Amino acid sequence: MDYHYPDARGHFGPYGGVYVAETLVPALEALAQAYEEAKRDASFRAEFEDELKHYVGRPSPIYHAKRWSETLGGAQIYLKREDLNHTGAHKINNCIGQALLARRMGKPRVIAETGAGQHGVATATVAARYGMRCIVYMGEEDVHRQAANVYRMKLLGAEVVPVSSGSRTLKDALNEAMRDWVTNVHDTFYILGTVAGPHPYPEMVRDFQSVIGKECLWQMPELIGRQPDYVIACVGGGSNAIGIFYPYLEHESVRLIGVEAAGEGVETGRHAATLVAGRPGVLHGNRTYLLQDEHGQIRETHSISAGLDYPGVGPEHALLKDLGRAEYVAVTDDEALAAFHALCRYEGIIPALESSHALAYAAKLAPSLPRETVLLVNLSGRGDKDMHTVAERSGIRW
Amino acid sequence: MNRIDRTFARLREQGRKALIPFVTAGFPSVETTRALLPALVRAGADLIELGIPFSDPMADGPTIQRASERALAQGMTLARVLDLVRDFRRTDADTPVVLMGYANPIEAMGEARFVEAAREAGVDGVLTVDYPPQEAEPFAARLREAGLHPIFLLAPTSRPERADEVARLGGGYVYYVSLTGVTGAGSLDVASVLARIPGLRERTGLPIAVGFGIRDAQTAAEIGAVADAVVIGSRLLETLEGASDADEACRRVESFLRPIRRTLDEGVTR
Repeated sequence: MDYHYPDARGHFGPYGGVYVAETLVPALEALAQAYEEAKRDASFRAEFEDELKHYVGRPSPIYHAKRWSETLGGAQIYLKREDLNHTGAHKINNCIGQALLARRMGKPRVIAETGAGQHGVATATVAARYGMRCIVYMGEEDVHRQAANVYRMKLLGAEVVPVSSGSRTLKDALNEAMRDWVTNVHDTFYILGTVAGPHPYPEMVRDFQSVIGKECLWQMPELIGRQPDYVIACVGGGSNAIGIFYPYLEHESVRLIGVEAAGEGVETGRHAATLVAGRPGVLHGNRTYLLQDEHGQIRETHSISAGLDYPGVGPEHALLKDLGRAEYVAVTDDEALAAFHALCRYEGIIPALESSHALAYAAKLAPSLPRETVLLVNLSGRGDKDMHTVAERSGIRW
Repeated sequence: MNRIDRTFARLREQGRKALIPFVTAGFPSVETTRALLPALVRAGADLIELGIPFSDPMADGPTIQRASERALAQGMTLARVLDLVRDFRRTDADTPVVLMGYANPIEAMGEARFVEAAREAGVDGVLTVDYPPQEAEPFAARLREAGLHPIFLLAPTSRPERADEVARLGGGYVYYVSLTGVTGAGSLDVASVLARIPGLRERTGLPIAVGFGIRDAQTAAEIGAVADAVVIGSRLLETLEGASDADEACRRVESFLRPIRRTLDEGVTR
């Protein structure tokens, strides 16, 4: 597959780009240039890899979920254990990369947006690790839904700013982080948590997260003597999915499936299935698929998982969808919850609700496939943060 | 000739500076905006920037965010913004109207359909905040073909060459963002704004308007001494918050803008 994206101006075919107010253009140009230089610098790459090994705990293992696979009675499910990373999710890979870049650019203050809180925690973590001031923007709604992560960020020395504008969720936190950046651009580095936003973020975050797929490329042959037949990952903004998909793009026999949040069902309108049900537009600095009304206003989304509750998606996923190289599907809150419980009970692993969407689709697919078929699911995070949500849903008080 | 060019040519002859109020269409209500547009002209506006409300106004501070949310809650759409311009044109054939907003509502309507509808409604220029020059080439060409001016922002952080891009693609005027921040921020440094303007003039012959953070007559006059136009948005919208009806809103903006108009005119002759 001849695939060279993005182009020099950050376009993934018709998607991506730099759709921001002029004030941010110079900052993004400086960032793009600093990143280009850093990725060619062997010492930067070596430090990144060293941090991933000794601080994050990479490589993360791949685990054969044998008992669950047997119960489902079909394809074999393997889990890429990003939940075992320091801070409990894949988010830290990108945060290490961007924090090293912030330090290289001499920016003492870092800011971030967060939905579920995982990216906020990962940013607060690296800020503590590198001695940077850290401010995390979080929708008021999410501050309530994810109280444990809010406390975690504060423990790590970050300031958490609740965002009360718009729908008070991830998209509004992103708006507010951009507003902070535009105001404090001289000393501030914006550690964006996903493969969306203006160039160079989609490319840079993809590159930092690609460590996930790169490891799978050598781990799978070690485990089963070949690559998997399917790679499955959940998609909100899409960083864990791009991280595992990207190194597999050229392995054309491997089917790539991104799983979005269907919430209460795509047909109900209460969902966050951007690629399944949205159409292209411009938001948060890039052109991509969006959930929007007929007048171009961004719609409120719904998902049981705060990390998938986002009306946009990374521009590279938009391109992969149009090219047909990846397929995008959606599973409901209920299906994700069922998979969440199944993994707890059959494998002794408590998955994040985000990752449970990928698991749910694997559970749907597996029974229809022969036993020799191998599904590799990116278990992007652990579910400790979701205890409260799941307990509430099950009517359990704790 | 585009009304914006005519207006700046006339002001130049008179040795006066343009006063450009910004209001969000549909804030606090559609009816109020309809009454406000002629009231702004009566109060001394030379050109009106009319904001297209958007759900995610990334470059705006709290005042314009609130105004946009309120306008959307009233059912404001881009088509209705154009209706407001059309109504305004029935009684005012001369005052230029520039639409200011974000790309997505325009793209949702379709660029071609939007440009045609804007031309037909009597719009004179369009400033799309999140279309910097490098992403706006086809849209700018479409606007120019329809006789409308694509208007671009320049910021304190812009490299000097950005002004060349804006001069090449843009028309009407250059909107110089007076501070590195969002609209309505309170930390405008007049001296640094004034220092930047001569450099811009070397690269573009377009009139230079300054906005973001101009909150009073004194600052307006200081900026007006060097720039060609001052834009006042957030502070104006603040005067509208809590107005009981359209008449009250018109009275408030007139009493807010008149002294600024006066000081701006006096400041220049002084």
